[in-house]
Amino acid sequence: MAKNRLTSPCKAVVIGGSAGSIDVLMKLLPALRPDLSFSLLIVLHRRHSGESSLANLLSVKTVMPVREVEDKDPILPGQVYLAPADYHLLIEKNQYFSLDFSEKVNFSRPSLDVTFESAADAWGPEMVGILLSGANADGSDGLRAVKKAGGVIIAQKPETAQSAFMPQQAILSTPIDHVFDVVEIAEYINSINR
Amino acid sequence: MIEDIEVEWILNDLLDFYGYDFSNYSRASLKRRITRLMTMDRFPSFAEFRYRVRMDPDYLKRFVEEITVTVTEMFRDPHFYKSLRTEVVPTLGAKPFIRVWHAGCATGEEVYSMAILLKEAGLLHKSLLYATDLNPGVLEKARHGIFPMAPMKLYSENYIESGGLEDFSAYYTARYDQVKFDESLGEKMIFSTHNLVSDRSFNEFDLILCRNVLIYFDKDLQERVLNLFDESMGQLGYLALGSKETLNFSAIRQKYKQLNREKIWRKIG
Ligand SMILES: C[S@@+](CC[C@H](N)C(=O)[O-])C[C@H]1O[C@@H](n2cnc3c(N)ncnc32)[C@H](O)[C@@H]1O
Repeated sequence: MAKNRLTSPCKAVVIGGSAGSIDVLMKLLPALRPDLSFSLLIVLHRRHSGESSLANLLSVKTVMPVREVEDKDPILPGQVYLAPADYHLLIEKNQYFSLDFSEKVNFSRPSLDVTFESAADAWGPEMVGILLSGANADGSDGLRAVKKAGGVIIAQKPETAQSAFMPQQAILSTPIDHVFDVVEIAEYINSINR
Repeated sequence: MIEDIEVEWILNDLLDFYGYDFSNYSRASLKRRITRLMTMDRFPSFAEFRYRVRMDPDYLKRFVEEITVTVTEMFRDPHFYKSLRTEVVPTLGAKPFIRVWHAGCATGEEVYSMAILLKEAGLLHKSLLYATDLNPGVLEKARHGIFPMAPMKLYSENYIESGGLEDFSAYYTARYDQVKFDESLGEKMIFSTHNLVSDRSFNEFDLILCRNVLIYFDKDLQERVLNLFDESMGQLGYLALGSKETLNFSAIRQKYKQLNREKIWRKIG
């Protein structure tokens, strides 16, 4: 079989999404085991004014702690981390976050590419990158970096996405390991490190 | 991306050749910025890039400006400015003289925002705003008080959200795609280079703002810089950080009390 499962223990699953992704997360989070042995990072495009309520919205759907990241927060297993609005989210090699207030990338801050690329550099073969619904081309380059670093990459099945463009774009530009609907994504995540 | 070891080589060169110490900066950010700069400036190899940084002081200037991230906005986080306006500025009013320090002021948008708050509170005439940054180039821009026109609509919305009641556009005159802010705002500003890594405390302040600068430092350097601020803080002075930065892990924490939910602390000990 092609190498489309991780061969090293997984440290993190990084999920990126844009338009139409909040609905996916509202279905995905409750379907996950509560005792994940890795960290779950979520990076979403959102409008920048006062949406810290997104963390509250998501936390209702899971028993795992959901935290909107602050600078230099440690990255711990079994936790859900949400990228804050209007910062890029970076991963340091010794398992903590840094935030970055630099130029937008793909008209976005946070940018999915920026976090995927930084995660690929920090975790390489110990991570999974997942790209959900969206109307923007952000995320494709990032997934490619994850793949190149030895990680596994997954795109939401475009037919099941509210906005098919983003996963479609990734599928066209990179050999994706798995193209999954939401139920399959949940099953895959639940099977990691087991 | 370039290799980790290449980042270390560049950092060593900067220290050896120019005396700039970036060794406690966030590696994830440095690596991304250096890779980005190499691509933007089309260097065919890391070796050529390194050679240029070592040998060309003009290019060094560009290098430092690009890797330190000088992006900024006016009235960024309007609710933060609202807290300054309603809770901090009024308590400063009782002082005969108000000293403010903007550490890492970039091109000055934050300093002009502060000057507007002080002016509207009738306090600007007895205030002095010290604005410092590592990059001489951004300070030169800040001194002129000239900003791009394009984001003015956003700034104006931010201003209103921060509790501003005036006509924001009355603070500047537009020329082509740029605006120049009223000279009376700039009169109370002193711009100067200051490196938070290596330079000392230079005065005592009633309010120190250092926003979105600590995110580029590791925890050790953050602690050193927070101590520098503490040394530079007058009795009952305020420290304001960026919206995702915190004092909570620092030893100076027990001398400070956080105001409401914003990242503003008051020195009480
Ligand atoms: C992202 S900007 C923040 C600007 C503004 N405070 C804001 O929040 O919008 C970061 C600034 O910190 C400055 N900086 C970085 N390292 C520094 C150092 N060691 N000493 C002083 N300034 C530094 C950079 O030159 C840059 O202008």
